[in-house]
Amino acid sequence: MAKRALKAKKEKPQWKQILQKHPPVPESVIPLLQAFQERYGYIPPEAVRAVARYTRTPLSQVYGVATFYAQFRLRPRGKHLIRLCQGTACHVLGADAILNHLKERLGVEEGETTPDGLFTLEVVRCLGCCSLAPVMMVDEETYGRLTPRAVDKVLAEYRKGKT
Amino acid sequence: MKVTEVQVGLASCGIAAGAEAVFNQFRKILGSKVVVKPVGCLGMCYNEPLVAVITDSGERFLYKRVDAALAKRIAEEHVKGGTPLEDFLAPDDGFFKRQVRIVLENCGQIAPTSVEEYRERGGYEALRRAIQEMTPQEVIVEIQQSGLRGRGGAGFPTGTKWSFAAQEPDPVKFIVCNADEGDPGAFMDRSVLEGDPHRVLEGMTIAGYAIGARFGIVYVRAEYPLAVRRVKEAIAAARKAGFLGKRILGTPFSFEIMVKEGAGAFVCGEETALIASIEGRRGMPRRRPPYPAQSGLWGHPTVINNVETLANVPWIIRNGAEAFARYGTEKSKGTKVFALAGKVRHSGLVEIPMGMTLEELVFDVGGGIPDDKEFKAVQIGGPSGGCVPASIAHTPVDYESITQTGAIMGSGGLIVMDEATCMVEVARFFLDFIQKESCGKCTFCRIGTKRMLEILTRIVKGEGKPGDLDKLIDLGYKVKTNSLCGLGQTAPNPVLTTTRYFQDEYEAHIREKRCPAGVCRALLRYSIDPEACRNCKLCAKACPVGAISQGDGPFQVIQQEACIRCGRCREVCPFGAVRVE
Repeated sequence: MAKRALKAKKEKPQWKQILQKHPPVPESVIPLLQAFQERYGYIPPEAVRAVARYTRTPLSQVYGVATFYAQFRLRPRGKHLIRLCQGTACHVLGADAILNHLKERLGVEEGETTPDGLFTLEVVRCLGCCSLAPVMMVDEETYGRLTPRAVDKVLAEYRKGKT
Repeated sequence: MKVTEVQVGLASCGIAAGAEAVFNQFRKILGSKVVVKPVGCLGMCYNEPLVAVITDSGERFLYKRVDAALAKRIAEEHVKGGTPLEDFLAPDDGFFKRQVRIVLENCGQIAPTSVEEYRERGGYEALRRAIQEMTPQEVIVEIQQSGLRGRGGAGFPTGTKWSFAAQEPDPVKFIVCNADEGDPGAFMDRSVLEGDPHRVLEGMTIAGYAIGARFGIVYVRAEYPLAVRRVKEAIAAARKAGFLGKRILGTPFSFEIMVKEGAGAFVCGEETALIASIEGRRGMPRRRPPYPAQSGLWGHPTVINNVETLANVPWIIRNGAEAFARYGTEKSKGTKVFALAGKVRHSGLVEIPMGMTLEELVFDVGGGIPDDKEFKAVQIGGPSGGCVPASIAHTPVDYESITQTGAIMGSGGLIVMDEATCMVEVARFFLDFIQKESCGKCTFCRIGTKRMLEILTRIVKGEGKPGDLDKLIDLGYKVKTNSLCGLGQTAPNPVLTTTRYFQDEYEAHIREKRCPAGVCRALLRYSIDPEACRNCKLCAKACPVGAISQGDGPFQVIQQEACIRCGRCREVCPFGAVRVE
């Protein structure tokens, strides 16, 4: 967790390269925030400022955008991001039980990161795999037809060092 | 019969079900001897991962739920040996029988981003015809005559929308493809973009020609990484083949398409919010008029069409408006794609002619309810839609009939619910979604939905008060009439339809503190049947609060005051002795 923040700090002098991939106009605010998040897993506060300066947009407006959209995260996240689907199909097929199980196993609430920095737990609305409900994604991998036991197996894999 | 091709369904849900391992297995065993091709979604999600084996005589064998081990057997015994594995073929269960595939005609049949394969099935023929043989006005008239209406939910006539933009004198115009599929429980647009992206690009280009735009934007959810990738690849391929770019097919018409990734906001499905988002601002809707077709993106005329709407366009130009209008009802022409999910046997992606009843959709196409449970309702239209009860499931699927039930057609999410679904809880679920997704601009949508949610939360917790129901309905109508955009205007629909059709369920929660479906945790009561209990004490060990102890005999009992209703005892009991009511 701290690693990502440190990385962001170290690379700050080179942020120009990230910024200059998009033209310095207000339309670039969202793609730039996405670019920073992709690089660091979150948007460092300094980057919000850099985007505002570069796109000549008021800082308040950029901050407004960064907090409006569900995708953006202003705090560093853990090594693996768990996104549990709470779409309608998942909900009807018992995603609540899976959520409670995850909370219990990880010892965190929604939006929090485990103390060892390994997992961040997030709840999302519909991953679009409704026929495999209940579903969760760990990083880019999707796991369907979940049961508490299947969740334990997945967590164990990542704890053993799966990347 | 020689096997010439093996197709593996590699859309998001196929991959989630493990199709990549299957694909790699075929590649490994068959090498370059047989074509092993990744295809999009066939729609049979309940049988994923799917593999189709195709012979030189054109015969098609469809295998269901294939894993790496079965893939090996198919490769050895069928592809190399020539003997199909009858036991593992997907049975003909009527899933495709009543479907009419226009939008999905290529999904799961072709390599998604290949221009050649798309063209083999008639792709880009419509574009050629439109720009070489028709005037823009003729294209618009053709679409108008087909009766095509917006598939994003509201059902505005597409040709009319185009004609508004075409009339504007502004030389700069835009086409936006709305692929911000945010409805929980819907994955139609994702499947089309993943399985047949060229169709959407072709539709956009034809629309561009019709209204006089030179630039198109696909606004797609960032949560669909595979769809984003496939669309980008398809754009590059189309440009290379000369179907995008300058002077397309030697005509003076030029058109470019770019992809813009959304950042996760349900409200951005609304036209004006979507425009604000592309312009780099918070996705908040503005007042209409002026409509985007007159003044949209950066103040220029902009036509915003849903993925499915645009995917219909090439078919209409290719086959003619009349052929399209043959399907459907008087006012709703063509087909509609639904993402069928929830308590239904054949969950997946289906395309049916308009006018089929909801009942036929659930039972004939969807195969009915699993575990012989009773069909209770369908939730149609996502969070803006409503619950249509089984008693009026004979309602035909067309814009007007669905609206009459209090729901809306919506973009195509269709969740089937059985007797074990609590309608009050479902209403609370949708309102919770809407509440979090409200952009906050209009007071009623921002605060009204919050108060409604508080009331519903109270009811499912068993703390409902008399008068709550009236308050909910009253607030619901106020939110409906005092909100600017579609989100707020339809936000109370799930509550208003459930209070209308399932009033007794609300009453049971409020007056009797009882959840008839056995879902609302706070209203459940766990007990141990002394007859069935074998006194193994597994439940007592599993109970996290120590609420289970020895009874007056060889059985365990639950102390009701201490019980937190987690249901753990019921999960661990090997004898099914824990009752819940």
